[in-house]
Amino acid sequence: MADQFTEGLVARETGTQLVKRGLAEMLKGGVIMDVVDPEQARIAEDAGAVAVMALERVPSDIRRDGGVARMSDPEMIEGIKAVTTVPVMAKARIGHFVEAQILQALGVDYVDESEVLTPADETHHIDKWAFTVPFVCGATNLGEALRRISEGACMIRSKGEAGTGNIVEAVRHLRTILGDIRKVTQADSAELFDWAKRLQAPLPLVQEIAETGTLPVPLFCAGGIATPADAALVMQLGAEAVFVGSGIFKSDDPATRAKAIVEATTNFRDADILAKVSRGLGPAMPGLEIGSLDTKLADRGW
Amino acid sequence: MQAPVVGVLALQGAFALHVRALERLGSVAVEVRTPPELAGVDGLVLPGGESTTMSKLLDANGLFEPVAERLAEGMPALGTCAGMILLAREVLDGRADQRSFGAVDITVRRNAFGRQVDSFEADLEVAGLPEAPVHAVFIRAPVVEDVGPGVEVLAQVDGGRPVACRQGRVLVTSFHPELSPDLRVHELFLRELAA
Repeated sequence: MADQFTEGLVARETGTQLVKRGLAEMLKGGVIMDVVDPEQARIAEDAGAVAVMALERVPSDIRRDGGVARMSDPEMIEGIKAVTTVPVMAKARIGHFVEAQILQALGVDYVDESEVLTPADETHHIDKWAFTVPFVCGATNLGEALRRISEGACMIRSKGEAGTGNIVEAVRHLRTILGDIRKVTQADSAELFDWAKRLQAPLPLVQEIAETGTLPVPLFCAGGIATPADAALVMQLGAEAVFVGSGIFKSDDPATRAKAIVEATTNFRDADILAKVSRGLGPAMPGLEIGSLDTKLADRGW
Repeated sequence: MQAPVVGVLALQGAFALHVRALERLGSVAVEVRTPPELAGVDGLVLPGGESTTMSKLLDANGLFEPVAERLAEGMPALGTCAGMILLAREVLDGRADQRSFGAVDITVRRNAFGRQVDSFEADLEVAGLPEAPVHAVFIRAPVVEDVGPGVEVLAQVDGGRPVACRQGRVLVTSFHPELSPDLRVHELFLRELAA
């Protein structure tokens, strides 16, 4: 060993893009579960969650209760951190950079700038480059995804329609994002300027996608996943991991369902395993038709 | 002679990046999720990800015992981050039900450097790679706290905390060579595989 490494701390850089995106890479193929207390966090980790999202109310309850939904109480987040060994994420309101500062100070591992909470700013998202903690943001289409990445997001998730147990919106968002990526890769260099204009996205990011055929950060799926088959569906469509919100702890048997969704996400192409893990899970969460909703959370964000 | 087939454990985590790194080096790399897929490989990469999740999925997919048998028979392996934890003899700060293969006689502490805000990049001297330091990416990384006889320490940080070790044909790192364009750690493993 060289002497410089045997004395004191090795010179290190924290909060780099590589380190932030790197954690998202480590979560791929996994299930991130919404939990509202330490007991649920324990059930989630027992089932094989790769991370938990600490929040006070799951989206279906936020939807039912109405009112302003805000960042969770730090005490509640710390209670969950204390019992889990996997990464802990938490949500800040869109544009509420002080909530994000607080979450970073609490040592959460990922901040979700989330449309599930009531937006704090109708024009601006958080400048995520200013933080050491990485951010995940929702998107319904490629332009929105690239705007979030240009603001410093290190993971994109579909918005879906949280709290509905209805997968249709997440499927729409994934198909829109991935379909447009496929089209951009077919465009010639002159057409890319028009793509950037239509997507309202920075040209360099559009050019990068044309070259690589993929988003520069991992693309996960959120919003409406309620069954193992839902998880496998979005994985086959091209999502790289899944968030499950209300779908687990609003079902009749959360522990069994959580484990089944974990196994389905890993074995998403194996219909025999999917058939096996889908058996005997009891009733899923009650679902909602998108047409019947008063508030579409996916419309939040700009 | 046929080129060796390298399996990458693909239950969860950064397996696709390992496949890409191995393919860039001209190897044949395949994803391993089931025992029949394991049977067709000459060596195995255990990627970064969540070691607790992978431990459960190894059981759920019936892979734990077959992988343990292959390791006992001397199959070369590379474990990075969570993969290092899975290959270790003992795991600290893990879950009580977490299993590991004990293929390397080391005690590993999970998340030894802190939370994600403490994750970092650093240049490391790695034994066997004298040309230049390896640019290493540590993400909620484990560290080796105790090393048994027969284990060679290849790299350390912070005044002697081991972050890369080798025992027999098994190579483990706390950091993520799959996140960096520097492919020399993968080359070290492939040399072992070809030996």
